[in-house]
Amino acid sequence: MSQLIYQRPTSIKQAETAFQEGEEARYLAGGMTLLPTMRQRLVAPDRLIDLASLELCHIEDQGSVIKIGAMTTHHEIASSEVIKAKIGGFARLAAGIGDRQVRHRGTIGGSVANNDPAACYPAGLLGLNAVIQTSHRQIAAQDYFVDLFETALEEGELITSIILPVPQKSAYFKAPNPASRYALAGVFAALVDDAPHIAVTGAGEQGVFRWHEAEAALATSWTKEALSNVSLSEEGLLSDIHATASFRAHLVRQMAQKAVEQSA
Amino acid sequence: MHKITMKINGHSITDTIQDDMLLVTYLREVRGLTGTHIGCDTSQCGACVIDVDGKSVKSCTILAVQAHGKKLTTIEGLGGDEGLHPMQLAFKQAHGLQCGYCTPGMVISAIDYVESGGALDDEAIRDGLEGNICRCTGYHNIIKAVQAGAKMMQGGKG
Repeated sequence: MSQLIYQRPTSIKQAETAFQEGEEARYLAGGMTLLPTMRQRLVAPDRLIDLASLELCHIEDQGSVIKIGAMTTHHEIASSEVIKAKIGGFARLAAGIGDRQVRHRGTIGGSVANNDPAACYPAGLLGLNAVIQTSHRQIAAQDYFVDLFETALEEGELITSIILPVPQKSAYFKAPNPASRYALAGVFAALVDDAPHIAVTGAGEQGVFRWHEAEAALATSWTKEALSNVSLSEEGLLSDIHATASFRAHLVRQMAQKAVEQSA
Repeated sequence: MHKITMKINGHSITDTIQDDMLLVTYLREVRGLTGTHIGCDTSQCGACVIDVDGKSVKSCTILAVQAHGKKLTTIEGLGGDEGLHPMQLAFKQAHGLQCGYCTPGMVISAIDYVESGGALDDEAIRDGLEGNICRCTGYHNIIKAVQAGAKMMQGGKG
């Protein structure tokens, strides 16, 4: 890390210019993934562009949607009265990320940009049909999450806010890895304009995905029982030392049933 | 190098800091505040937890330059002329430590947890201190210490 240059721009334009000037520049949001990854020498940026002074930390109730600034922390989302009241499942999701200290620093924009296949937010965004607002455009969640750690963001493109439609009901449940607390399987269930959405994180080989068979069953009846006979194919599910594909398939259904049952 | 100013345990400090220095390294090696410990290399153990602007933070996962303009409290900044902070006293009285390595981080996290209005039943405290690992106590006495410390902080006599 000896060649590292730290910069703290005060406008998005300055931030993007600084990014272009680095050979291997990285934006620094909360740093809860980036700094540990740098410490392990897995990445070695020559430039860190801290987004802390871009004024991207806000939660705005816009009626049918809630707009969350990219630098808003998990703690701020989890304790926001408006998010708790209007998208309870999303507040609960944020309250379960990492630990207290991680939630104090980690941001929604950083997590969404990283697209860790076991992170919680991707399920929330896909399940709510969220829109990712960047410095250049709006990207629908379904087009945004591409593959493991891969997103539709262009090089240097900056997430500025996340726009969440307010659903009729929502809930999030995860089966956490007992050591890392990342999701072995996490399910965000939401009823959006009468349409059931079941978004699954932690289990897919290509990251977050919608479980369409479950959604079809829930369209008839939004109940836990509707999922009793729907099984998730093991094909395309992660299988590793933490959990086999068949165990993950089992966990996904369990989490989906819990989420539907407790959705509010 | 960056020139930064911050407040550490009530003292205003201006310093020039290397871009890549972690805050925990700055506190320990430059300021000599070795009560903040380094226990892991993966941001998991919580031995390095300090208070930054009223919130507990892992000082191994923030650069020193990011602390520019902030108010920091380390374990050395607790207590005062009257003696130990109530939470420190509670850890001592309830035997909430054995080797003591995790204790500075535990105490800072516990104070933040209690001050933010965290519930004081066993399960809630365990959840609230999830970011701090202790390999000696089995946590039982830590939970008791937090409960006793909370009572003293809220005005009781323990």
